[in-house]
Parts: sequence; structure tokens; C-alpha cells
Amino acid sequence: MKDTAKSDVRIGVFVCDCGSNIAGYLEMKELVEYSKTLPNVVFVQENLYTCSEGGINEIKQAIPKHNLNRVVVASCTPRTHEPLFMSACEEAGLNPYLFEMANIRDQCSWVHMRERETGTERAKAQIGMAVAKAARLRELKRIQLNLSHNAVIIGGGVSGMSAAMALGNMGYEVDLVEKEGKLGGLLNDLNMILPSNEPPERLLNDLVARLETNPKVNIHLNSIVSKTEGYVGNYVATISKNGEELKVKCGIIIVALGARVLTPEGLYGYNGKDVITHLELESLLRKGPIQSKNIVMIQCVGSRCAERAYCSRICCMTAVKNALLIKEADPTARITVLYRDMQMYGVELEEMFRKAKQVGVRFVTFDPEKAPVVKDGSVSVYHLRMGKEVSIPCELVVLSTPLIAQEDAPEVSTMLKVPINENGFFLEGHVKLKPLDFATDGVYLCGNARYPSTIREAIGQGLGAASRAAGVLSKDALFTSGIVADINAQTCCGCLGCVAVCPYGAINFFPERGVCQVNKVLCKGCGGCAATCPSSSARLDGFSNEQIYAQIEKALAG
Amino acid sequence: MLDVGRHPKVNVLAYSEIREFSGQIGDFKVKVLKKARYVDPSRCTACGACAEKCPTKVPNEFNFGLDDRKAIYKDYAQGIPSVYTIDPNNCKVIQGGKCGVCAKVCQAKAVDYEQKDSEVELNVATVIVSTGYELFDATQIPEYGYGKLPNVISSLEMERLLSAGGPTKGHLTRPSTIRFEKRLKELPKLIKKAEKSEDPTEKNKLEEEAKWLEEQTHKHHTATKLGFIQCVGSRDFRFHKYCSSYCCMHSIKEAIIAREHESSTESFIFYMDLRTVGKGFEEYKVRGAKVSGLKYIRGRIAEIMQDEEYNPVVYYEDTEQRKVVGMSLDMVILANACSPSKGISQISTLLGIELDENGFVSTHPNKPLDTSVPGIFTCGCAQGPIDIPESVAQASSAAARAAEVVMTGGLALAV
Repeated sequence: MKDTAKSDVRIGVFVCDCGSNIAGYLEMKELVEYSKTLPNVVFVQENLYTCSEGGINEIKQAIPKHNLNRVVVASCTPRTHEPLFMSACEEAGLNPYLFEMANIRDQCSWVHMRERETGTERAKAQIGMAVAKAARLRELKRIQLNLSHNAVIIGGGVSGMSAAMALGNMGYEVDLVEKEGKLGGLLNDLNMILPSNEPPERLLNDLVARLETNPKVNIHLNSIVSKTEGYVGNYVATISKNGEELKVKCGIIIVALGARVLTPEGLYGYNGKDVITHLELESLLRKGPIQSKNIVMIQCVGSRCAERAYCSRICCMTAVKNALLIKEADPTARITVLYRDMQMYGVELEEMFRKAKQVGVRFVTFDPEKAPVVKDGSVSVYHLRMGKEVSIPCELVVLSTPLIAQEDAPEVSTMLKVPINENGFFLEGHVKLKPLDFATDGVYLCGNARYPSTIREAIGQGLGAASRAAGVLSKDALFTSGIVADINAQTCCGCLGCVAVCPYGAINFFPERGVCQVNKVLCKGCGGCAATCPSSSARLDGFSNEQIYAQIEKALAG
Repeated sequence: MLDVGRHPKVNVLAYSEIREFSGQIGDFKVKVLKKARYVDPSRCTACGACAEKCPTKVPNEFNFGLDDRKAIYKDYAQGIPSVYTIDPNNCKVIQGGKCGVCAKVCQAKAVDYEQKDSEVELNVATVIVSTGYELFDATQIPEYGYGKLPNVISSLEMERLLSAGGPTKGHLTRPSTIRFEKRLKELPKLIKKAEKSEDPTEKNKLEEEAKWLEEQTHKHHTATKLGFIQCVGSRDFRFHKYCSSYCCMHSIKEAIIAREHESSTESFIFYMDLRTVGKGFEEYKVRGAKVSGLKYIRGRIAEIMQDEEYNPVVYYEDTEQRKVVGMSLDMVILANACSPSKGISQISTLLGIELDENGFVSTHPNKPLDTSVPGIFTCGCAQGPIDIPESVAQASSAAARAAEVVMTGGLALAV
């Protein structure tokens, strides 16, 4: 093995007992003696708990006393304790990236509890590998960045407006960009909002008035964000309005594009007259009570099917809301809802569902394999409970169609380098843990652009996205981790392999030079690019080939 | 959780309760009772030596009594803060007896039997109520036999059984089998004792029992035919009329995981409406049927009986087949409703916030995070049943409302 470590490397090894967690199952004395034999190791110390105040102080004292320039701690998991040990090194004047950890608890004493000898041998190997890597560690620097404390929000529907309101109230300058001539999005097209049964104007006018009078919020109507450059903390967004362009600096961008209602062309005889959508029904209801006495509503029209597998969440409640309104105006109206599952989740919606059944709205399940057939003046459906075909006379058929992604969602996705799913809805950073974040720092998500949501949920998500954004905007400066990738421009062949694997959109390709370059602010140090690069041009600082090969060679050599 | 535990700006007051509350938006005063752990959290390193040596075993609440914990314990390995706690009702020393083993083995000298409850006073601008929910107590539905029939379990018991860190390390052992195995361990001692007696009846009886138990544990080692009952306590006028939102999905998830553990597993989900309204949920449900062979049956279970081998037998009307059916299963998992947490009425009185008729914190649909008191916000299942993604999103929303107060002194919220 070629020794690539410099001769002036002086490594201190701290071996932790973790009470009896490690010391109870491994031969600690053997580990200490073994560590002393390793190349470049000049100091070895056993601690009862390296993470305790006493243990940390011992590290801090040993660094100057023994002139250590690398530290290895053999203890538990870096997941919980690496930051603590790194800061101990830093406080003693050592670059924190000259630290390495060997996990001899989770990977040795815990899994080899009844195999003292094997466990101890394994721990020696772990320590040996950590020391081999430590000898080749280099100083790394965290980059400090200034940032803009302004926000740009794309979409002025209820979620975008709520986000703008929250950020404005927190004192951040907000540019709210709406492509239509007025704020409000889908709210403008509704008749009543559920479950409060109030006209949407009340909520809408209230939100608009508060935004218009908020000195921190700039509203851009008939405008789109046509271009964005930069990265978290330092974006420049181009807002285009009738061919005029305005460039604004911002620290974060919120995607609140909203969604649109599917027009069910070719389904159930849709004609916009006596076979209509719920949105069309709502515009009729806005004009006054409708004349039809016999109404059939059909759910899941164009959703939960091969073409669109998803459930659109809000259509069942919309049907129940409209059925209730019609029944309220005319208790003699006969309404039948043909459904697969009534998605009336939670407290308020189940209550609405119950009310609808109480006032005599009829709910009949159907099997999508035996879907209803709309004929002139009736709808026939295979009644699962009765086990036979029934025909329901009606003058009006109302179809529940799903919300679908906005037409410009793919463009915005490409512009911001954030993903969309197969249905065109934006794909959050983590479905459970990061519902309003993207994997890319500095871009956030809310409302129907994420997935169909109620007004209550859209308001909540708008506020939530604002909160996530404020986590960045409230900082005085941003720091990147020292562990980031770098691409050697001399050897990069511009194959774009790294661009394809980077989950954070952190690699840019410069066609004029034919090379890729890492944006160190966005890079999270996952190493995907370094592993993919066919010409070894991409490397991950802190996990270089030299360091990893040294570990492997040590492991194989024993 | 780890992030919260390590965050320099977050001060976690676990094992604590609010005792007094006063003030108004921007200036609340909160008195918090920190219950004695009998362990000094600044010394405890959570090495676990104390629990290993503690001689007192009690049923482990975290695993719903499916296994035991010690009198000095930690709910689970990853808990925050990472500190052991002595259960004073079961600790021999605190009960006035002799022991002291934990203090003896603790190298960090963290055990303190004399520790007392303490109080902390906080002055805060805003408060978020996120007290969560409680599992509906299914013993209230006698026809389902929960609590009487060993192999009828709650959804959370199922979660513990499926968990790699749970009482069976993720193996789907029936609760009856867990009991049998425990009894089998006791029997050799009892048989030996019975041998000393002159009358052989007792010994024969015990030996027969052992034989039967061995047969049974062998035969029913893994539960592979599972029934999931939806809407247990929800959408039910006797208990909660609301829908608990998340249970359809967790039943599907549990059934899929059970199948991943044991490929011969067959699951039946008995439902009223399968509510798969979240992102990717409907697709997950369809995949459950296609890939994991789940069978979705629209029908309410009328009653659960049990045969002589402790197999639960469910009776239901299959509404799509239009007939009453009985089906024998290995185990039945109830989708217990999301009930308001028991402490919420006390908290609502202390804070002066309104609850809705069900006992959840009352909010307006247009102001989903605001309680009836300005400056006090709510999120998660405290305000009604809600699933994980929505709950995480709501938590951020509540944080935004709180930030508006903190950053503007509450002025912006006058509207």
C-alpha cells in the first residue's frame, strides 16, 4: 500500500466505553493498545463517556498538549454525536473536518453482544479504517453567504395569498405574482365555500384587502415569473408583464400555482347543458335556484381510472355541498349521488355527509366495471345492493371531475429544477416529513399545485410554506457544509451523468465550455455525482477516492 | 425528533404539565410542573445499565403490555430527551423497600431517589396546542370482544407487533401465542412441584396443558389470515360520529407490511367507504390489492366470536354479495377511532380556549390554526383527526402564525 498520508500527521484516538454499552461487550484495553500501534497515532485515551463534559474537555486539552492535528473518536453513531465532537475540535482550534468517527457501538458491541472476540476484532477494524482515513483528511471550509430577505410567490390563489400575508406580517418583502387579472384563483369561480356555507367573496375580499394594504406585499397581476437564476438566499426572478420585464432579488421562492378543473370531454355525454360539471353547476347556482327537480350526480369522472389513478380529494365534498344547497332551496328536489367511496373524511365533512342523508339526498354505490350510463332523460346504473340494473330519471346530470395540474406546471418545474409527478403535481421533498419543501433548498410548495386541497388546507399550507421559507429568510447569513462535491473542469467531458443523478439540482452544465459545475450552496454532499462520474472528475470533499481507498485497503489488510 | 432534541433554540420540557396560565397575546405567563424522574438528566447518558439490572418487571405500556419493562425505563431507544426515568409506583426504594440496584450500577451517578417535582415559570408571546389524540377504547363495543378475545387487537398494538423494535421484533405472533409461550416457560417448574405431591392428577393436568400449548404455539405461530375492521368507534352514533381520516390508510399499510414479512399472509379489510384522499393514497390502495393481495370487503362486522383454538370468527353482511357471512381468522385488527386526548378539557380550561362538541380544539375553516384566544394556536390531532403529511404541514402553519406574533408583537393579528 502506497502511503499517501503526510508524515507530519499526528492523530489522537479517543475510545469511548459508553458506560457499559461498549465496555460491557468489547475488550477495551485491547482496543486502546491496538490503536497505539496504528500509523500516525500519537495519543490514545479511553473515556467512560467521551460525549460527557469531561470527555469533551479531554479532547480539547489533548489537542494542544499533544499537538494533535487529527482526531478520531471510536464510540456511537455520527448521526447523533458527530456535530458535538466536531465542535469540540473547532473550539480547540482544529479545523472540524479533520475529525473522523468509528461507530463501535451500533456496529460492534450492540450487534455482537454475545461474541466478545469477534466484536472486538470488528471494532479494531473500524478504528483502523477511521485512522487510515483521518490521516488523509484535509481542512475544509464552510462558505458564508449573504442573502436576500425577500420572497417571490408564484400564484395568487388562496394558498399563495395566505403565504404572502404571513411573510408580509413577519416583515419580509413579498412579490406575489398572479397570471390572471385578479387574485383569488379558483375561489373566484365558486358559489359557496364549505363547510361554513358562506359566499367566497367574504374570504376573498378580506384576503385581498389585507394584502393590498400590507406595505410589504407587492402584487403583480397579469404577470408570470419567466425566468429564475441563482440559488437559496440569492435568487433573481424575472417577472414578465405584457412583454415588460422586472428583475427582483429574493432569498426564496414559493410555488403556489394552483390547479384547474378537468373538462370531461367525451365522458357520460358531457355537453355543458344538461350534462355539466360541478364548476358549471356552481356558476348556475350563483345566478339563482336551478329549475331541475331530478338530478343525478356522478363521482370519480376522469379520476381513479387508468388515465388518472389518483383520488382528487375534494370532489365528493363539492357534490355534497351542492346537493345540500339545492335541497335547501327546494326540499322536493330528488338528488341521487352515484359514487364509489364517499371521501368525506374528518369531522366537518362527515357531518355534511350525514346532513345530506338526513335531508334525503340518495347515495348509491357503483362498480367502475359497471359504470353508469347516461341516456336521454335518465341514468341507468347497476345497483350493487339490489343486484340489478336501475334507471333513474333526471333532467340534469352533474359530473364530479378532478382537479388537474396547471398547464404551465412542467415549465415552472424545469425553471426551478424541482420535480413534478406523473400527474403534473409538484413532488415535495418527502411525502410525510417534508410536505411543503422541495429537495432543493429555498423553494417551497403549497396548495393545489401540490395536490387537491380544501380551502382550510390551502390556507394552512400557505402559512406552512411561509413558515418553512421564514426559516431561511430569518437568517443573517447562510453557511454551506464543508462536505460538498467539486468537478474538475479540466477532465470533465460534459456527459451530464452527474446532472441526472443529483437530487438537489445542484449541478449546472455550461454548454459553451462543455463542462458541469457544482453549486456548492445547493450541494448536500450525497456523493451521487462522484460515484457516477466516468472520468473521476467529480469528487466529494471529505470522502475522496484516496480517503475511501485507504479505508478499504486497511479493512482488507486487517 | 432528533432535530428538535438537538436544536439550540428548542428547550424540551418532557414529562411536564402546565399548572397555571395567565396573560394575553405577546405576554403569556405559564407555570410548568416538571415531574420528578428520580434521574438527573444532566448526568444520565442513557447507557441502560440501570434498566438491565433493575429487578422489578412491570407491563410495558409502550408495547400495550405485550411485553415487560423495568421500574427504571425509557419508552423506546430513540426517545427524546434520552434519559431514563424511575416509575415511582413500582420502584422498591421509592415505595419504602430495599433495592438501590440502579444507583449502584449507574457509573454516571445519575440516580437520585430523593428528587422532587419542580416548577418552571415561562414568559412567552404565543402558545401552540399540539396535544394529539388518544386511541378510542374499543372495550366500549362489547360485540367486538376487544379485551376479552386475545387475538382481537387495536391498530397500535398491531403497529408494535410489526415493529422491528417491538415485543416480537416484527414477527406477527398472535397475542394468545405470546401468552402460551409465557405459560410454557412456567410449566416445567409447576410440574416439578406437582411431582412431589402424592396425587398425580395435578401433574397429569399440567402435562396435558403443556402438550396442548405446545401444539397450539406450533400450529398458530404466525398470524397469516388477518381481518381489519374499519370505523371502530368512528362514524358510529354511539361514540364518535365523525370520520377519523387516517385509519383506512393505516390498515392498508399494516396489511401490506404483514404481507412483506410473511408472503403467505392474507388480509381482508372490512370497510364502509375506503377513504384514500391523500397524495398517492388511492394508488397505494390499488397496489395493495394487486401486489399484496389485500381483499377489500364493503361491509360492517356485526359480531366477533372465538373458536376453541382462539381464532376470532367475524360475522358480517357482504353488501356486494348481499349475504351474511362468517369467516374464521387468525387475528383481527381494529381501526380504533381518533378520540380527543383526555387531558384536553383541563388544558382548554386553563388556557381558556374553546373545544368543539367532540372535544377537539375549535377552529374556523378560514383560520384553521387559530383557537378562540388570540395568540394561542393549534395543530395536528388536537384540532381533529388528521394524517401525518397534513399534520406536519399544519405544524409549520402554526409556527408561521406564532412567528407573526413574535416578530410583530402581535399587532398584525388584530385583524
